[in-house]
Amino acid sequence: MNYGIDQDRLITIDSILREDLIEIGVDYVLMIDTAGNTIAKCDSGAHSYDVASLAALAAGNYATVDAMAKIVGEQEFSLLFHKGENVSIHFSMINEEFLLIILFGKDVSLGFLRLKVTEAIDKIRALWK
Amino acid sequence: MAFINMRTNEVQVKIVYYGPGRGGKTSNLEFINKKFRERIKSDMVSIKTHGDRTLFFDFLPFDIGKIKGYDIKIQMYTVPGQVKYNATRKLVLKGVDGLVFVADAMAERRKHNLLSLKQLQENLAEYKKSIFRIPLILQYNKMDLKDQGVPLLPLATLEQDLNSKLKVPSYPASAITGENVVITLKKIISVTMAAIQRELK
Ligand SMILES: Nc1nc2c(ncn2[C@@H]2O[C@H](COP(=O)(O)OP(=O)(O)O)[C@@H](O)[C@H]2O)c(=O)[nH]1
Ligand SMILES: [Mg+2]
Repeated sequence: MNYGIDQDRLITIDSILREDLIEIGVDYVLMIDTAGNTIAKCDSGAHSYDVASLAALAAGNYATVDAMAKIVGEQEFSLLFHKGENVSIHFSMINEEFLLIILFGKDVSLGFLRLKVTEAIDKIRALWK
Repeated sequence: MAFINMRTNEVQVKIVYYGPGRGGKTSNLEFINKKFRERIKSDMVSIKTHGDRTLFFDFLPFDIGKIKGYDIKIQMYTVPGQVKYNATRKLVLKGVDGLVFVADAMAERRKHNLLSLKQLQENLAEYKKSIFRIPLILQYNKMDLKDQGVPLLPLATLEQDLNSKLKVPSYPASAITGENVVITLKKIISVTMAAIQRELK
């Protein structure tokens, strides 16, 4: 019933999140599982957020949208994005189990972010190959 | 599925309060939130309707310190009890490690308890989990109403209805006065941790 991720992988995940995402100006990156557990987190130090609550809500949000997709006959809605005045949230799926949640401000362009997210996700997936 | 972070030595444990609508699940968490306020670092999150009914879930994180060198982080959730919300109930059950079934002791709620417990069994089965194996505690809530002359189900009836096959620990309680609320919580944490530790070896 339990599961763990070994230390080496977690350290690698951390450096991927830092180098691909925090480095381009993102405020906060969270890797969570679909049950709402926090697997890894990285931040620029600019803000502090209530991570446990964010993870629980993000997992719920993702699961809700996923269930809606199934009802209308879609595999998934691939882009999940909430735009705010100062902070925006970008969700993406790493695989069946893991999600990537990114909080970023006005100075990061969505196009560039999506490119970097794809890169980061590919690298994380490769850890399980 | 408790997540064990081998890097930070942290274990995240998901405990879900389940039961029929208006049985007192949210009230349990509210009591715990008030009672342990100084130990809980974040606010309780409640996704609810205008009428104050749980729409998706309540969420309350609770750190209980270290067990065998691991930092234990309990994440408590409630499900929405209303019949029509079964899809969202199922989502909240994803990855659950331990369950408190909050039954409503009011006589008129007898059938709702039975239906809710049966649906819990079905919902768990969809995640390939057995209600007979998952850590589970029963709570017979609203015991305080006895003093106000509200007809309650006798404990023997509640046990017969809900616990004759499960045979799990059960507590008469009141989420309003707080009677046995903390004991329920302690028991589900200890039963769940025992199950997780069996697997940690
Ligand atoms: N008298 C009494 N009322 C309770 C108790 N627990 C909950 N209630 C009341 O029952 C109603 C539903 O409670 P709530 O916690 O929202 O139930 P939930 O739907 O299971 O989350 C509220 O009006 C509560 O104040 C209890 O132990 N005693
Ligand atoms: Mg509720």
